[in-house]
Amino acid sequence: MSTELIEESIPDVGPRSVGLVSTQSAILFAPPHELTLANSRRLGPITVAYETYGTLSPQRDNAIFVCHALTGDAHAAGYRSKEDLAARKAGWWDGFIGPGKGLDTDKYFVICANALGGCQGTTGPSSICPETGEPWGPDFPVIQIPDIVDVHAELVRSLGIDRLLAVVGGSLGGMQVLEWAARYPERIASAVVLASCPRMSAQGIAFNAVGRSAIFNDPNFNDGRYYRDSGPRAGLALARMVAHITYLSEESIERKFGRKLQDVEALAYDLIKETEFQVESYLNYQGRRFVDRFDANSYLYLTKAMDYYDLAQSYGSIENAFAASQARFLFVSYDSDWLYPTRQSKEVVGALISAGKHVSFIELHSAKGHDTFLIEVEQLEALARPFLERTLEVLRRPAAS
Amino acid sequence: MTDDTIPTSELDSRSAKGTRLKKSRPARAGYCMPDPAAALTDKEIMKHVPVGSRVLDLGCGDGRLLEILRDVHQCRVQGIELDPQEFVGCVDRGVPVIHGDLDHGLPEFPDDSFDYAVLSQTLQQLKYPKRALEEILRVARRALVVVPNFGYWRGRLQHLLGGRAPVTQALPYEWYNTPNLHFMSMYDFRDLVERLGIRILKELPIIRGHAVDRAWAANLRAESALYVLERPESRGANRS
Repeated sequence: MSTELIEESIPDVGPRSVGLVSTQSAILFAPPHELTLANSRRLGPITVAYETYGTLSPQRDNAIFVCHALTGDAHAAGYRSKEDLAARKAGWWDGFIGPGKGLDTDKYFVICANALGGCQGTTGPSSICPETGEPWGPDFPVIQIPDIVDVHAELVRSLGIDRLLAVVGGSLGGMQVLEWAARYPERIASAVVLASCPRMSAQGIAFNAVGRSAIFNDPNFNDGRYYRDSGPRAGLALARMVAHITYLSEESIERKFGRKLQDVEALAYDLIKETEFQVESYLNYQGRRFVDRFDANSYLYLTKAMDYYDLAQSYGSIENAFAASQARFLFVSYDSDWLYPTRQSKEVVGALISAGKHVSFIELHSAKGHDTFLIEVEQLEALARPFLERTLEVLRRPAAS
Repeated sequence: MTDDTIPTSELDSRSAKGTRLKKSRPARAGYCMPDPAAALTDKEIMKHVPVGSRVLDLGCGDGRLLEILRDVHQCRVQGIELDPQEFVGCVDRGVPVIHGDLDHGLPEFPDDSFDYAVLSQTLQQLKYPKRALEEILRVARRALVVVPNFGYWRGRLQHLLGGRAPVTQALPYEWYNTPNLHFMSMYDFRDLVERLGIRILKELPIIRGHAVDRAWAANLRAESALYVLERPESRGANRS
């Protein structure tokens, strides 16, 4: 009797959760108003998957746009279904977005959308090309960060928001935030850039190249035309395994796994045995799980977009990129992040100081490496809450006569 | 964060572990109940900062001074602070702030990017005060520097008669928990400034909490002193 009752009742989402959410979809850039991409090709219509949390104020001045990282999606917070809720499978930044959290949905209207070229509802290489009726595959146009931002800017406009209170993002998401500030200076009041950089480093490109190489060399890749078959699953999994290592720190991986063995008491001294150490098993699991939710072509397109990114080259200099910006900037880096080291954030910060902009910067301590911005949300909360409150306060202050 | 007698502001940020932020921010103590001595010094500093200046405050704490300079003097302000909780305090005042250690110089700051640099009760806590002085007069033409005067008579008396390291109201630290690394008098500070070829536009001894234009036996009577320093024109910002 009592068990029945428990099963029937909806599990409690908790006071700090946005609760059940649904992904919505907008169709933008319908012909003849196609988007002109950075490489001059035209693309349209473009479907954009997005979610929103909280309520837009009557003045429409409390909207925050969240830019996701390489493998993220529009589902940043809450639960998509009762099953997800029961299994506690929340959005990728659920710790940071919700009532009373870093991005407080009691105060702000938070939007997150899947990136162009992605595979989680927004148009990308796995979408159907309207001309052929087949998935785009390798015929999808090469996209760059400005293209991703253009699509999101159009989404925000279509939601009736002229100016965002903030654009927030880490890693590849942080590059998008920088591009937002450079490209749409009059449309953002602040920018929060986490564990990011103004251009991809040689080391970053190198790791992305290894990942792409793993996909290219998978016998099932078939030049990217694999949608009728299983596709390059092994290659994509391998790409994810390599990338995953770069998101951790030496300290965190050592602490978590050390030399612990998986399911065995002693080493087998067997060359073919694939998983003896726990860390091997963990990486295999990460790879397998990733393949179920991600498209290999999207991985190629998005890592390329990252590698191509160079803010200074696009605008002449970083100072130039932000010449027209009136936004408040907040930069955070982490001392154990070796993929996007502090030095790279500082480069942008220095340029903003030179340009006389409103900029704050802090390097935080964490053992968790690049992924810290996704995990240690308490530290971010302590910064983001006052930062956003003051920004909104200034926005709402009547202009001095 | 240990529960030692050392002020946490010194401990947190200088620990080898790096910077951690606590989830909850301490109340705006400085705002509601201003430290009377600090407020007085801030007031003195304000007098020397013209309206509309670009001001860099090094070791700006929770940004209290910069907030007033921004709101009352319409200054364009920037803070630098090492303590992470104070850093959040700046963010909470809407004061732009860079987390950093003055002992590492100011590499992100271009030459002459500010009109005034403020360095209040910080110089004696730095490992390399000489380099710091040179660095702040690279990024700003003028500097307002407040330094404690270890020539103050109470300190001298304690040392001379008691045979102990001085503990005074202005310098309330025991030898083992003081953030102060250098102990200089007004005479000593003047020596360094002259050696660096920096001009002293004003020297204002602070006696019983008040900055005075002139005072007899200042090196004996002042707890601290406010200096208005200027980089000579001949040494432009583009010096090699």
